[in-house]
Amino acid sequence: MASMRDIKRRKSSIQGTQQITKAMKLVSTVKLQRARANAERSKSYFDCMFRTVNSILSRVGHVEHKYLLPGNSQKKAVIVITSNRGLAGGYNSNVVKLVTRHESWNKEDIVVYAIGNKGREALARNGYEIKEVLSEVVEEPAYTDAMLLSQRLLKAFAEDEIGEIYLAYTSFKNTVSHEPKLLKLLPVEFEEQSAEEAKEQNSIMNFEPEDVEALDMIVPKYITSLIYGALTEAVASENGARMQAMDSATSNAEEMISDLALKYNRARQGSITQELTEIIAGAEALG
Amino acid sequence: MAENKSFQLRIITPDRVFYEGEVDMVEFNTTEGEIGVLPGHIPLTVIIKPGILHIYEAEAEKHAALHSGFAEVLPESVTILAEIVEWPEEIDEHRAEEALHRAEERLRSRTPETDIARAETALLRAMARIEVLR
Repeated sequence: MASMRDIKRRKSSIQGTQQITKAMKLVSTVKLQRARANAERSKSYFDCMFRTVNSILSRVGHVEHKYLLPGNSQKKAVIVITSNRGLAGGYNSNVVKLVTRHESWNKEDIVVYAIGNKGREALARNGYEIKEVLSEVVEEPAYTDAMLLSQRLLKAFAEDEIGEIYLAYTSFKNTVSHEPKLLKLLPVEFEEQSAEEAKEQNSIMNFEPEDVEALDMIVPKYITSLIYGALTEAVASENGARMQAMDSATSNAEEMISDLALKYNRARQGSITQELTEIIAGAEALG
Repeated sequence: MAENKSFQLRIITPDRVFYEGEVDMVEFNTTEGEIGVLPGHIPLTVIIKPGILHIYEAEAEKHAALHSGFAEVLPESVTILAEIVEWPEEIDEHRAEEALHRAEERLRSRTPETDIARAETALLRAMARIEVLR
């Protein structure tokens, strides 16, 4: 049996850890509330954007537009949104797995635009090409950041440096459920079914300028809004994931502490019994 | 015909709902020129160009600088998806004037590297900001 002193030392170190995890949980709870409010505020913008783009696409149908056709390059750009800090359970590794475990992707064809240090580290370790690192963006996502990134991506797309653009992030459903998601940004794909519905509703919609020209201008805005939306959701998911991870760490620590308290009491009782036996044995020997 | 005198206007930016309410008329600048929208307009989607946004409510009139985005016009409602839009009190006049001079300078000293479209947009933006303040 471990000595009393060892058990005591172990217990107090776990108590220290528990205090840290508890504090981190509280911090991420507060951050989560803010990030969640942000994500919800921007939601109506994206819903509206999505509806409009879908209705335009359903009207123009399968037109030969540069944003609707894959580019002339094998390269695929992937924007990977992760966090800068760890201790968030499986949050970062789940997003990284979306890229590394993708069945039809070759490592050589992927160009990574990393937002968040953890994703960059993991992908660089796996031998992926990291084109850009924009880690500070995660701390406080701004629409301008998304706009600049989408401008650079569209430029690379126009110059045939990349043929497709993907977005890997964690979508935020509610506080306890977040889902890693891989989204195709370019060429733009739209759901045929919803397109049919939109067609019925919008059959009389007019466009100024004409459809194809409108696409030129709206698609970049659409992509920017998707990137920004993914950023706000990812930040909310990160804090949600960290809150959960820290919550279970705190309760695990609690369990270990009560286990150690039991062991400590037993060891103490054992040592008292032993001392007593020794004293009695000594007294008998004398008497 | 008893036609409705007002319609629902919503202006949404990525970070907030900028404006929401019943209005009699709204005017803004588009790539095809300035337009004014009254109730019962035919369905229309337009791309926004930097300019001044006039909102005519029943009692009051409001102005804002609207820079980019697009608008969806329906007979009973208008939704403006704005990337950038500002109330006059949010504008820094000093900065706007500086931007105006910079853009003018760039357009005047035209070199092959000048991105003319960008300089023009910057000019329009600064002009809209300053005009809204007046």
